[in-house]
Amino acid sequence: MSAATNMRSLLRGSQFFRGCVSSRNGVATQTVPATGGELTNSAVPVVTSLDISAGLTDDQKEFQSLAINFANNEMYPHMAKWDQEQIFPVETLRKAAELGFGAVYTSEEYGGTGLSRLDASIIFEALSMGCVSTAAYLTIHNMVTWMIDTYGNEEQRSKWVPVMATMEKLGSYCLTEPGSGSDAASLATVARKEGNKFILNGSKAFISGGGDTDVYLVMCRTGGSGPKGISCLLVEKGMPGLSFGKKENKMGWNSQPTRAVIFEDCEVPVENVIGVEGQGFNIAMSGLNGGRINIASTSLGAAERSLDVAKEHTKVRKQFGMPLSQMQHTQFQLAQMGTKLVASRAMVRNAARALDAKHADTVSLCSMAKLFATENCFEIVNTALQLHGGYGYLKDYPVEQFLRDIRVNQILEGTNQVMQIIISRGMLVD
Amino acid sequence: MSLKVLVGCKRVIDYAVKIRVRPDKLGVVTDGVKHSMNPFDEIAVEEAVRMKEKKLAKEIVVVSCGPQQAQETIRTALAMGADRGYHIDVAADKMATLQPIHVSKIMAKLAEKEKADIVMLGKLAIDDDSNQTAQMTAALLDWPQGVFASKVDAKDKGLEVVREIDGGLETINIDLPAVLSADLRLNEPRYATLPNIMKAKKKKVEKVKPEDLGVDITPRIEVVNVEDPPVREAGQSVGDVEELVGKLKDKGF
Repeated sequence: MSAATNMRSLLRGSQFFRGCVSSRNGVATQTVPATGGELTNSAVPVVTSLDISAGLTDDQKEFQSLAINFANNEMYPHMAKWDQEQIFPVETLRKAAELGFGAVYTSEEYGGTGLSRLDASIIFEALSMGCVSTAAYLTIHNMVTWMIDTYGNEEQRSKWVPVMATMEKLGSYCLTEPGSGSDAASLATVARKEGNKFILNGSKAFISGGGDTDVYLVMCRTGGSGPKGISCLLVEKGMPGLSFGKKENKMGWNSQPTRAVIFEDCEVPVENVIGVEGQGFNIAMSGLNGGRINIASTSLGAAERSLDVAKEHTKVRKQFGMPLSQMQHTQFQLAQMGTKLVASRAMVRNAARALDAKHADTVSLCSMAKLFATENCFEIVNTALQLHGGYGYLKDYPVEQFLRDIRVNQILEGTNQVMQIIISRGMLVD
Repeated sequence: MSLKVLVGCKRVIDYAVKIRVRPDKLGVVTDGVKHSMNPFDEIAVEEAVRMKEKKLAKEIVVVSCGPQQAQETIRTALAMGADRGYHIDVAADKMATLQPIHVSKIMAKLAEKEKADIVMLGKLAIDDDSNQTAQMTAALLDWPQGVFASKVDAKDKGLEVVREIDGGLETINIDLPAVLSADLRLNEPRYATLPNIMKAKKKKVEKVKPEDLGVDITPRIEVVNVEDPPVREAGQSVGDVEELVGKLKDKGF
C-alpha cells in the first residue's frame, strides 16, 4: 500500500511517484448531490480547480487518495512495459477489483461497490494517472458489469455480477462492426431464434479484451431493421461458433488485447437475453452516457500526470542560462494547459453529477464533456511532450505513451463527430 | 487471547512533499500541503488489524492528536480495519509545540481508560524523527516495551518481539500489557478498500480535549528558528593521501 511501500522503495533507491492530493478550504458552500442524487449533510464548495481533490466530499477524497496510491504503486511503474510488451495485466486488474474498482457504480446487491458516477469518474481519472490503457479497460469492464446488473434478471445478476465484480471473469462490450461504427443502429449481426437457442451470425470489430475475456455483451439483430430490432445477448467464451480474429496492432491501448469477435452459427441460450428482445439499443445508449464520462475521465488522468511531469521538467531543464519555467512562452503554455485541464475536469464532473441526478440535459452534457475533455486533454499532453523537447520523444519518458493512449478517446464511445451530432440535435429541437 | 489494542496515528506532511520553510522562519509551510498518516503508524495500524484477523486482538482503538483534519487520519485507520477512534482536539498553532512528552501522557491516560492490553505506535514520526513517544508511554504506564519491532507473536501469556537494533535482530519476551513501536519491516500495510472506506463513516470517533484527560499540553519548548539546511558546497580536490590527512587534522578530526 501507499506511503509505507513507497518509503521502502525510496530507501532501496528505486523510483517513487508523487500523489497529487491536497486539501484546501473553500469559502461559500452549497449542498450538493452526492450518491444517486441525494443531498449530503456536509456542505461542500463545488469548486473544481487544478487541485485534483477540490470540490470533493471527504469520502471522495479518500476514494481518490486510494486510487492515486494504487495507480502510483501498482500501475505507473509498469505502464511502459505493459505497452511495449503488450501485456494484459490481469493480476493487477484483479488486485484493483479486490479494492472495489471492478464494479464501482454497480449496485451492492450482488457484489458491486454501489458508488455514484461522480465517484467513478474521480476513481478512473486517478487510475489513469498510472496507466490509461489499463484504466480504460477497467472502465469497459465496469460498464459491462453495470449493464448486467441493471438490465439483467435475478438469475443473470446472481450468476455474473459476483464473479465480474472480483474480475474473476472479465467482460467485453460488442456493438461496433466492420460495417457499422458511428451508424451503430445499422448493425448487421443477426440472431435467429431456433427453439430454445439464438443462432448468431456476423462479426464485431475492435472489441477491447476480445479473445481474452469471458463475457461478451453482444448487440445483435433479433427483429427488423433499425434500433428497435436490436437485442442484447450475453455470449460466453467457449460457446460453439464463437471465435476471434487476430490481435490488432494498435497505436496505443497496448495493455489490452483488441480483436474481432466472430459468430458463425454461434449458439446462445434464449435465457441469455439481457432485458427483453428489442431493448438492446436502449441498453447500449444508456450505457454510453456513463461510458463517455469514463473515457473522458481517463483523458483527464493522462493530462494531469503529463502536465505535472512537464511542469517539473521545465523547472529543471535549463537553456540559454535559465530554467525553461522562467521563459514567458513556457509560462504561457503552462497557463493554457492548466486552464484546459480545469475546464475539462469541470465539464466531466458536471456531466457525472447530471447523470447521477438524472438531469434532463444528461445526454447533451455527457456528449459535451466527452467532446471537450478528450480534445483538450490531448492538446495538453501534446504540449507536455513538446515542453520535454527531444526527451519527450523517447519511450524513457511517459508522455509519448500518454499521448498515444488517449488519442483513441476522440474516436471511441462515439466519435467526437457523433458527439457534435448529438449536441446540435439537442440544440435544434424546437 | 482477546486483546484490546490502542494505536496512535499522527497526521504528518506527506513524505513526497518538498518541504518549504515559512517566511517567518518559525516553522514549515503546512497550509494547502498534502498530509497523510505517518508511514510507521500505517504499519502499526496494519499490525493491529492482522492481530484481529488472527483472533489475537478483539478491538482496535486509534488515536490522533490535532485539529479537525486529524479526523482524516483516523478515518484512514478505520478504513484499514480499526473499530473506533479518539480525536484529541489540539489547535493547529499548538501542534508545533506538542511534544512526545504530551502525547505519551495522552496515550497513557487513554490506555488506562480503555484498559488496553497493547499500545502500538510507529517507531517515529517522519516530521520530527523523535522516536520517544513509545518509550515515554511505557515508562509512564510502567509497562514493558518492545520498540523497533519487526515481528510480533503471541507467546505463552505475553509477546515475543523481534527488534531491529544496530547490531542486528534481538528477540525479547515481554509480559502484557505492553507498549510496542513498529519498525519498517514489521509488515506491508494493506490498501483500504472502497467498501471499507464507506463502512468507516459509521464507526464511532470521540472528540476529546487534552484537558478532559487531565493532560496539560502547555509548551515546554519554544521554537526559536527554523532554517533550510545549508546549500551543498563544492568539495575540494586533494593531491594525495598525505594532503587529505593534513586537511582532516586541520579541521579537527
